[in-house]
Amino acid sequence: MKGRLKKYVDLALRNYGIAIAFVVEVLIFSQLSEYFFTTDNILNITLQISIIAIIAVGMTFVILTAGIDLSVGAVVAFTGIITTSVLKIPAPLAAAFPLALVAGLVVGAISGAIAGLFVTRFNITPFIVTLALMTIWRGAGYMYTDGRPIWGLPDEFSFLGSGRVFSLPVPTLLMVFVYVVAYAILTQTTFGRHVYAVGGNKEAARLAGINTNSVIMRVYIICGTLSALSGILLASRVNSGQPNAGLSYELDVIAAVVIGGTSLFGGRGTIVGTFIGAMLIGVLRNGLNLMNVGSYVQSVVLGVVILLAVLLDQWRKG
Amino acid sequence: MPPLLEMRGVTKRYPGVLALDSVSFDLAGGEVHCLVGENGAGKSTLMKILSGAEGKDAGEIRVDGKPLNISSPAEAQAAGISIIYQDFKLVPALTVAENIFLGHEPRRGRAPFVDRKRMRELSKQVLAQLDEPIDVDVPVESLTTAQRQIVEIARVVSHRARIVAMDEPSAPLTENELKKLFEVIRVLRGEGVGVIYISHRLEEIFEIGDRVTVLRDGKVINTCNIHEADKRSLIRWMVGRELESEFPTVGLTRGEEILRVESLSRGSSVQNVAFTLYRAEVFGLAGLVGAGRSELARLIFGADKKDGGKMFLSGKEISPQSPREAIDLGIGLLTEDRNRYGLIMQMSVKENISLSNLTALLRGLFVDKKKEREVASQYVDLLSIKTPSMSQRVEFLSGGNRQKVVLARWLFTKSKLLIFDEPTAGIDVGVKYEIYNIIKQLASEGIGVVVISSQLPELLGICSRIGVMCEGKLVGVLSQREATQERVMTLATGGTLEQPTPR
Repeated sequence: MKGRLKKYVDLALRNYGIAIAFVVEVLIFSQLSEYFFTTDNILNITLQISIIAIIAVGMTFVILTAGIDLSVGAVVAFTGIITTSVLKIPAPLAAAFPLALVAGLVVGAISGAIAGLFVTRFNITPFIVTLALMTIWRGAGYMYTDGRPIWGLPDEFSFLGSGRVFSLPVPTLLMVFVYVVAYAILTQTTFGRHVYAVGGNKEAARLAGINTNSVIMRVYIICGTLSALSGILLASRVNSGQPNAGLSYELDVIAAVVIGGTSLFGGRGTIVGTFIGAMLIGVLRNGLNLMNVGSYVQSVVLGVVILLAVLLDQWRKG
Repeated sequence: MPPLLEMRGVTKRYPGVLALDSVSFDLAGGEVHCLVGENGAGKSTLMKILSGAEGKDAGEIRVDGKPLNISSPAEAQAAGISIIYQDFKLVPALTVAENIFLGHEPRRGRAPFVDRKRMRELSKQVLAQLDEPIDVDVPVESLTTAQRQIVEIARVVSHRARIVAMDEPSAPLTENELKKLFEVIRVLRGEGVGVIYISHRLEEIFEIGDRVTVLRDGKVINTCNIHEADKRSLIRWMVGRELESEFPTVGLTRGEEILRVESLSRGSSVQNVAFTLYRAEVFGLAGLVGAGRSELARLIFGADKKDGGKMFLSGKEISPQSPREAIDLGIGLLTEDRNRYGLIMQMSVKENISLSNLTALLRGLFVDKKKEREVASQYVDLLSIKTPSMSQRVEFLSGGNRQKVVLARWLFTKSKLLIFDEPTAGIDVGVKYEIYNIIKQLASEGIGVVVISSQLPELLGICSRIGVMCEGKLVGVLSQREATQERVMTLATGGTLEQPTPR
């Protein structure tokens, strides 16, 4: 009987290790704080993590193809600035509002397209390409704003980041939408299958008739666009365009993806894993905040969690 | 006098498998002892135990009659045991000398500085001993595969190894390079080194071996002097039954034209190649490694761009610019080295089969997974692919079954023309026969088949006609009746035949 129990525990840990770790984390915090497991706080957690979690979807696509995108944080800032400055155009809100959103998203997509172009056509490693883009967009943001935030936005704009629909935060709803669509794309469509194939073995994928360049191009565009969406949400939340927004977001995002079990070598990983990875970070931050643990300590704890997650993954494979 | 190496009653159990069942094996100094068996017979496991990479569950190992407990590769090395694996353990960016002495670099006195001068001298000595003048200062990445192998052997010699095991050393080599390797092995043997030689190619065993041991399902089936065995008996011991014949015989009559290639060229690798493939025939491509056969296949498949020339598929001119276009035209390529270029290892059997034809499985925007599973299981049955389920990852399948998965993919795309590049490399004798049968079957069903192989007996056995390539040119086409091993080799090495051969 004992042997069988061990077998089940083993099986569960191997397949649902991160999920179990997440549940344990939630249980611990609900014991430590009465407020933790309340509807308000749970919605709060999803709201807080939504911006990171949405970018993590794009990053999952990129990492599945064995790439990386370090520019996401800078894209968040730059697209936030673009969107807010378009909003300041003296025009009726009905025209400026959609224009501002489209402008932000298009700039994000263009950033992704540039990254994809350098990676596919010029064969430069994604790390370098997106590192360069990161400093370019960050610098461009400071240049454009002269280092000063863009204030004085119409009140309606804050609906995106702070509004509620049926008492659910708008960013939470958007996050859920993005995850559902991404899940469907990765698991059900030919494009999703091609993403895994390209990450698993690029040359074999090409010889199997997959247009690998187009696949890689598209994952970077997806990542750039989702970063822009997060950039807009963040700008809306703080109701301003901040040139130093999204600093070091790329690290949190990559952490979420890696904790979620996606391999940095490509070809392995799931969108559900990324969701749990992002939530695990969100819960950790929130729980530690409730317990009045300072941000310095939080950073250390997060680092330890990343190491444990990677260990778990290693053991799972071994 | 006790033998150099003696392994007695070695047993190794993995979860669910008895990999080695009380195996006994011995090796004398100055002897080449060949080890043969199908994949999974236990050869690699035995070598892993000998090298200290794996522990054994029972049995003992003696060197010079003294029991030896090997629990790590370092201990094995200290005991004079070295293994040369298929994928060499060389560092590409380091020089030849640095690789040869990697991990035991000569020092300047006791200081932690490498004595580079002495390292180079010693490296030159070792290579001279092997009669192989390779420049010791060039990085290993600039060497040919054959040269890298020699460097690997030099490394072993520099360790003063007395027991050297070689796992499939001939797989990547051309005929000439193989001769060179055999010379080096004979040098080692002459110096009293005991060599364990593992190969799938039985011809080699008769050329280089003194004794042979056959493993099957983890047991020793037989050990005998090489002249007491012949190919037939070895195969019988390996597969445990009599194969009717090495190659299937199916009478094939030539039909209408499927593929015609005219003055196809790409740089110096493919020059002015012209041939025609007819329905219901198997067209072989022979030649040495680097003769341009795989490059020709890649041109036809659209994987590389051609410089010039024309191709016609069923009479219509085609010019595929990418593998996708070629696939849509009905061309399939079973690449050489299927693990690197053919399969997505971490994907499942069904996903690998459907990969090139997912659009056929679409229902609306989504892939119909139920249909995908049905299609896969259909091909798994058809080709008798041994897999526990359609969701099994291909990395857990054997070489033969992996090859069949790639083939299933091309059958599912309804290919009209299939190019097999080294279809049986690293595949068991029994499964080889199955693959030959499938190839014949496909040809008789009207699919055009081109087979590239470095195994001449294989080409002579299954092909209706054999084109021979040499340095990028198609230098001759021989019918099955005209083709002999000697004639093909003459053409492949740049010679001319006494009588003109009709195209």
